[in-house]
Amino acid sequence: MEAVIETSNLTKTFLLGDTVVRALDGVSLSVAKGEKVAITGPSGSGKSTLMNILGCLGRPDAGDYILAGEVVSRLSGRRLAQIRNRYIGFVFQTFNLLPRLSALENVELPLLYGGARDARQRARAALEIVGLSERMGHGPNQLSGGQRQRAAIARAIVTDPAILLADEPTGNLDTKTGQEIMALFDELNAQGRTVIMVTHDPEISAQCPRRIHLRDGRVAELMARESR
Amino acid sequence: MLFLTTIKLVLRSLLVNKLRSVLSMLGIIIGVGAVIALLAVGAGAQQQVLAHVTALGSNLIMIMPGQPKSGGVRSGAVETLKPEDAESILSQVPEVLRMSPVARGNGQFKYYGNNKQSSIMGVTADYLQIRNFQIGKGRSFTAGEIERRAKVAILGADTATDLFGDSSPLGEKVKINGLQFAVVGVLKPKGTQGPFSFDDQALVPYTTAMHRLLGVKYLSEIDLQIAPDANQANVQAKLERVLRVRHEIPDGKDDDFHVRNMAEMVEAVTSVARTFSLLLGAVAAISLVVGGIGIMNIMLVTVTERTREIGIRKAIGADDRDILIQFLLESILMSALGGLIGISVGAAIAALSSVFSGFAAIVEPSSVLLALSFAVCVGVFFGFYPARRAAALDPIEALSYE
Repeated sequence: MEAVIETSNLTKTFLLGDTVVRALDGVSLSVAKGEKVAITGPSGSGKSTLMNILGCLGRPDAGDYILAGEVVSRLSGRRLAQIRNRYIGFVFQTFNLLPRLSALENVELPLLYGGARDARQRARAALEIVGLSERMGHGPNQLSGGQRQRAAIARAIVTDPAILLADEPTGNLDTKTGQEIMALFDELNAQGRTVIMVTHDPEISAQCPRRIHLRDGRVAELMARESR
Repeated sequence: MLFLTTIKLVLRSLLVNKLRSVLSMLGIIIGVGAVIALLAVGAGAQQQVLAHVTALGSNLIMIMPGQPKSGGVRSGAVETLKPEDAESILSQVPEVLRMSPVARGNGQFKYYGNNKQSSIMGVTADYLQIRNFQIGKGRSFTAGEIERRAKVAILGADTATDLFGDSSPLGEKVKINGLQFAVVGVLKPKGTQGPFSFDDQALVPYTTAMHRLLGVKYLSEIDLQIAPDANQANVQAKLERVLRVRHEIPDGKDDDFHVRNMAEMVEAVTSVARTFSLLLGAVAAISLVVGGIGIMNIMLVTVTERTREIGIRKAIGADDRDILIQFLLESILMSALGGLIGISVGAAIAALSSVFSGFAAIVEPSSVLLALSFAVCVGVFFGFYPARRAAALDPIEALSYE
């Protein structure tokens, strides 16, 4: 299988007062195209830091990160923003929709930043995929939690990114709605999209065929796909 | 497309925070409004003075008897100008195209039952051209009538209406100070300028005025019209020389007359207007700076409030420049909107002042354009720092901001 993500020896340290915190201490992993992976670990294990780096929001101090065939660990600023726009679809725990925009406008936004021409059309199509075409004219405060997360997922997939990066996507939802969202991720994965889920919820990670467990900034355990 | 969406978004957030938006635009609104209103009133006043000058005749030079007023006291004899002075100026100063001696006075006008007090202007036919008067009905004076001190009169428009009502005064006899005058013409109305009405007077030959009506030997004024391309100062120097020679004034002694020209008046008005504009410019600059600080303040608050939004935008692919432009656009839109409101407020005040002051205030397109572009500049200048702060935010920190 072709690798979408390829990291080798990622390290990242923070200065917390006088102490140096090694958030990532040589993380090497690879994710193949079309995989569904959970990144798990207790708080402080470095999973947020890893997610930020995988999402190109931050850069590692050392190590390489190859995303969709492009070495992104050395890029900065404008180029990194382009990478985020083109290759990464974020789904957040708190949905993070812009409150003054309608669902449709929220979904359109990445396309507008990317300079796409047929933004409206593609945004509609994405909303249709997540099953929200009925309510796309509504603002986030007129949507239920599940609907908000669906809109956020539509926004993540609208640019057809290389990876979907979801950070506790069911954390703010009740169990039933959470299961619906997980089902949606399954559906998207079945359509060939690569999904990476960062979570500390064992129930969520149990639904992922492959789990990467972090502890103290290291990969503690790699569950093979065969163990499915 | 992104641009349009951004504008829409900015307008929406301005609308949501209506009171806050208006308060932060207030500085700009007041500044721009004040400048627009005052410039309009100033332009109106200037226009009126210039219209007044034009009504008098733009190439007009007036010679008055006596020395110029100094400290409110006119010194020297006021009986110095004679008709012969006027004639020798006309013959010796080539730039002088026309001249008219003026003998001014007041008279009691009577036509049957109608009585009226009006000014009498003893003049020549050239006076009409010099002072931009036009004959509405009838004719002007002939050289013969002036020569033989004929009892003929040209009535001002108001004087004619007051005495004759709607019927034509031409050919009728009117009594001026008890003497019978034939009405040969009526002037076209010119309108009231200041306290003096050009339409409430009667013109008679100056010879008739001096010798038959008023009984004076000296003129109250000599009016001259000079060639449009002539240098006013040059001409003035020449005719002063002619008069000093005629009046036998030795060197070192003061003139017994003084000369006034329209160029000086225009100059005075223009310089007042310029000072006025400069002052307004200073007021505008101060209020725009104050307004700009208001906008900067609110933009800094906005950036802090929307830290999370900035993080989201960066996560989905906005780069620093997109964020910078967004917030810059917001402050520009706010200041431009403030400018537009200020312009409307200023124009409304100007219109209101026209109603009360009686002269039209003129809102010039150039001042509108100037005010608006200044407002936009303020938006750019004071919006830049907050926008740069927004653009420089770290996406990870911005996303976790509560």
